[in-house]
Amino acid sequence: MVFNFMKHHAIKSVRTLRTLCDLGVGESGILEDFDMPQAIAEHLMNLGFVPGLEVLVARSGPGGNPRVYRVDGTEVALRRDLSRCIGVRPLSDAEAEAR
Amino acid sequence: MSVPVSIQGLAASSPHVPGTPVYKTVAVVGPPNAGKTTLFNRLTGLRQKVGNFPGVTVEHHTGTYRLESGAEVSLIDLPGVYSLNPKSEDEKVTVDVLNGEMPGAERPDAIILVLDSNNLNRHLVLAGRVISLGLPTLVLLNMSDELHKQGGQVDVLPLARQLGTPVALVSAVTGEGLGAVATFLVATPQAPEPLELPIFGDPRHCREWAVRMGTHAAYRRGATPEWTRRLDSIFLHKFWGGIIFAVVIVAVFQTIFSLGQPASDLLQHVLDNVAVRLGNVLPAGIINSLVVNGVWKGAGSVLVFLPQILLLFLVIGILEDSGYLARAAVISDKVMAKVGLNGKSFIPLLSAYGCAVPAIMATRTIENKRDRIATILIAPFMTCSARLPVYTMVIAAFIPNHPVLGPVVGTRAVAMLSLYVLGFAMAVITARALKSSVLRSRDVAFIMELPPYRWPMWKSLGLRLMDRANAFIFRAGTVILGVSILLWALTYLPMHNGQPPDIADSAISHIGHFIEPAIRPLGFNWKIGVGLLSSFAAREVIIATMGTLHGVDPESHAMALQQALKSDLTPAGAIALLVFFAFAMQCMSTMAVVRRETNSWKWPILQFLYMTTVAYVAAFVAYRITLLYWN
Repeated sequence: MVFNFMKHHAIKSVRTLRTLCDLGVGESGILEDFDMPQAIAEHLMNLGFVPGLEVLVARSGPGGNPRVYRVDGTEVALRRDLSRCIGVRPLSDAEAEAR
Repeated sequence: MSVPVSIQGLAASSPHVPGTPVYKTVAVVGPPNAGKTTLFNRLTGLRQKVGNFPGVTVEHHTGTYRLESGAEVSLIDLPGVYSLNPKSEDEKVTVDVLNGEMPGAERPDAIILVLDSNNLNRHLVLAGRVISLGLPTLVLLNMSDELHKQGGQVDVLPLARQLGTPVALVSAVTGEGLGAVATFLVATPQAPEPLELPIFGDPRHCREWAVRMGTHAAYRRGATPEWTRRLDSIFLHKFWGGIIFAVVIVAVFQTIFSLGQPASDLLQHVLDNVAVRLGNVLPAGIINSLVVNGVWKGAGSVLVFLPQILLLFLVIGILEDSGYLARAAVISDKVMAKVGLNGKSFIPLLSAYGCAVPAIMATRTIENKRDRIATILIAPFMTCSARLPVYTMVIAAFIPNHPVLGPVVGTRAVAMLSLYVLGFAMAVITARALKSSVLRSRDVAFIMELPPYRWPMWKSLGLRLMDRANAFIFRAGTVILGVSILLWALTYLPMHNGQPPDIADSAISHIGHFIEPAIRPLGFNWKIGVGLLSSFAAREVIIATMGTLHGVDPESHAMALQQALKSDLTPAGAIALLVFFAFAMQCMSTMAVVRRETNSWKWPILQFLYMTTVAYVAAFVAYRITLLYWN
């Protein structure tokens, strides 16, 4: 199961999983899982936040919150509290270049 | 891409008479920001109307599409949806209509699905779901102009074959390829025989399916328009973003006050002149009075709001269609989060400083229902322009002007400012209370899609303005007119020998005396009571009422009215009156609009009771405290 809804917290703590919030502006990652109510996760997926896709932190708004993310050709603004619930695998430089 | 080949998957020969539509009712479905409304406007033009389905707040437009043969097809524009999961109200409405389960709506015979050709990987997921409903479907890949401009491409033939439905590449803005709609409506329906439909449930598989469909169609997305990124690096800049935001807000207000207020005044002047003429033409008597003072003045009290409402919606419409509104929501979100709301509430609340009526209508951009209702409930606390004449009159009558901060800022300015702060503070307190109790929305987050910047289209803006004007005049107007006529009747009855009574003998004065015990603790006498009662029609009406009660003309004898007020109110009573006006819901236009926008009487009645209670208690406290220090 790639994405889990409020389950498997144990797995999460074992993995050195990072969240979207940890990425700096200009950094990208591969979306992994959503730790949030299913309705919000589905809304995010409708907007292109599908596990396996690359997400880029495009810019930070005035005040640093919300930030704008680029995913699947769309730009979406999210608050930091929500981005903290989205697990990502950071792209290494080599990986980012290969893409 | 030429037009004839842009529609595929239709039978070449049709047993129907050419030009006769095979469908009677067709639903227009699509995700938000795919240009669905632009397309609907283009197809139906002015032949459309707005409606609510029973029991839901979601609005829908129905319109008529006229074929060249003159035959007509009815189109239903359903709310924008990303999927067909009936979790949100919008999506439930769409699903119910498409399944023929919506009372009062006919089940559509066919579907026109509008997708953004620049976002096919995402939007084709919805296509899979819609096509599997089994209704004849035409898939329109919209915004072909942008796709081509940005170097993208898509081949509709293989896509049509894969999906088993006709597919056309169109642009609702330029009209390119829209002949496909007429072709679809008159061609023989073919049972869709898709080669491969997606497996539902897993979003990852759905998307993989969508990408595969795109690959079949040699789909290549265009690059994000470079100037959208450039504009965002300015508009969302850490420092300049905030400055530009402030400038835009000030400009919006400047436009509304510098153009809207004079336009309203001019309209008021014209309406008053017509009222005088009308009064002269009609024979004197009860009919004359009913028409002039009841019907005409009632209608006028609605119409004078129109210039400001239309201007506000024009400006907000330009901001919305250009894409800036989404950025404004992002910028203001941090502040709005502190009161438990989000950035989408900012513009409506700001508009409420002009007038709560358009502000409440502007809450339609807030998708979350609870946030929307919370915004509607606090909007009337913002100091609207109708409170200004009342504040000005009472402050001028009771508060001596002493300099406080230099010669410019005096006690009167401070008093005025305090009233603004008072209203704002109560809005914040109410918002926090609502959002942490009955309107708490735990599973809602601020998720804001930022569409590319685009030039607004005048036709779309114009249609939307007409829509808002209609909604305001006809839906809210009927309620206002009714209350105006009731107020008139109470002032002019009971008649004696065909003559209206003295104001002291009128029904409204009896009511004034009747409620006097209730308002005496606030320091108000029966005349103020009558003024308050009449101000529930609209706040500024109290000035005219007080004028009538004292037999002075408020226009030409402002000083006399101020003097007269002093005979009715002590300074403490005046402070109580100001506080009462800051909090009370005295505006039937607002109530009528809240009723309309929430589609129930529950919210306007609760709001009225809450605001009036707050106003009463606060006015009482203000009266008591002022009595201690200033008498």
